[in-house]
Amino acid sequence: MSSFIREFTKGLWKEVPPFRFVLGLCPTLAVTGHVSSALGLGCGVIFVLLVSNVVISAFRKFIPSKIRVPVFIVIIASAVTIVELTMEAYFYSLYRVLGIWIPLIVVNCLILGRAEAFARKNGIILSIADGLGMGLGYTLSIVSLASLREILGAGTWFGIRVMPASYIGFELLQRPPGAFICLGLILALMNFISLKLEKNEGCGC
Amino acid sequence: MGNYILMMVTAIFANNILLIRFLGNCPFVGVSTSLDSAIGMSGAALFVNVLSSCITWMLYSFVLVPLELEYLKTVVFILVIASLVQLVEIILQKTAPALYRSLGIYLPLITTNCMIFGVAVLNVQQKHTFMQTLVYSIATAIGFDLALLILAGIRERFSLGRIPPLFQGFPVALITAGLMGLCFFGFVGLGQ
Repeated sequence: MSSFIREFTKGLWKEVPPFRFVLGLCPTLAVTGHVSSALGLGCGVIFVLLVSNVVISAFRKFIPSKIRVPVFIVIIASAVTIVELTMEAYFYSLYRVLGIWIPLIVVNCLILGRAEAFARKNGIILSIADGLGMGLGYTLSIVSLASLREILGAGTWFGIRVMPASYIGFELLQRPPGAFICLGLILALMNFISLKLEKNEGCGC
Repeated sequence: MGNYILMMVTAIFANNILLIRFLGNCPFVGVSTSLDSAIGMSGAALFVNVLSSCITWMLYSFVLVPLELEYLKTVVFILVIASLVQLVEIILQKTAPALYRSLGIYLPLITTNCMIFGVAVLNVQQKHTFMQTLVYSIATAIGFDLALLILAGIRERFSLGRIPPLFQGFPVALITAGLMGLCFFGFVGLGQ
């Protein structure tokens, strides 16, 4: 049980994608203009990550090592196709907003990375923990980046106005250049926080 | 002819695949630390992008659509791209070892590059003809190469400057990319 918790929580801070593991930058930059699209994509990623981790972990003894990458890719691509079709059927407005980023979950290095690094070497329960943790960490990260961009950029959060009416949004933040700049600033902030944490641990207080 | 030139200009500047469309960012930030590796990556990206776009387009038009299997495009495209890169690697190794060596490690790195897959899907989504697919894939790759080379040049200069320790590495690269994006953003509307 404790190892389950450990694998789950590592994805939430220590190894959180995309802030610590700088992977999967493209969707991070692209869908974080609005909190709703970030949340939508995050859920899709969690689903695909869980399915792929579970399936790969279940069959890990049967997948020959030489062709493991194409096999992983087929499994991940099938999960992504499920997400695609489900979104198109039941969440059509989200599907239109996310557009090309849904099929692009396939090439999200996060999912293949977890399959390669974890799922093929560990049992199903631990893989579920890892997938859940990483997926949740990823979703939380992109939602917080999206919140930053949306609140400062448009004065709304999830479509609800939060800034006073006189606040003219810093619209740059919701456009592509703003995405790069925001992510860069957040990564610098993460560096700052981990430096502080290390200092605190180091002095032994 | 004019349409193709318009498409190229738009894809390279106004809709730059990297800075505006966000496709291909992982290698963008990862490989741009030195100009040499950036050049290697650019060549490999152009090569694979054009090849994979054409092949996936043909597969989609002549196999998936007639059989009404369009929803399989995600699975099929990614498998095709992965195998294509593998095949190209093997062929290059045998027939043009010098080119293979100069492309180096960047060839296999391109398999999970969102740009290759993204451009393949975009071609299909935007219902391009074959010629349009060809032109679009060349243009997007050129846009990628342009942005990559510029960023690599800037980052090489950085190594000589003084950057606050918090910002070293990714943060400063991303902020620089943002400023570059700002410049390219000025091109939006060029297509009109």
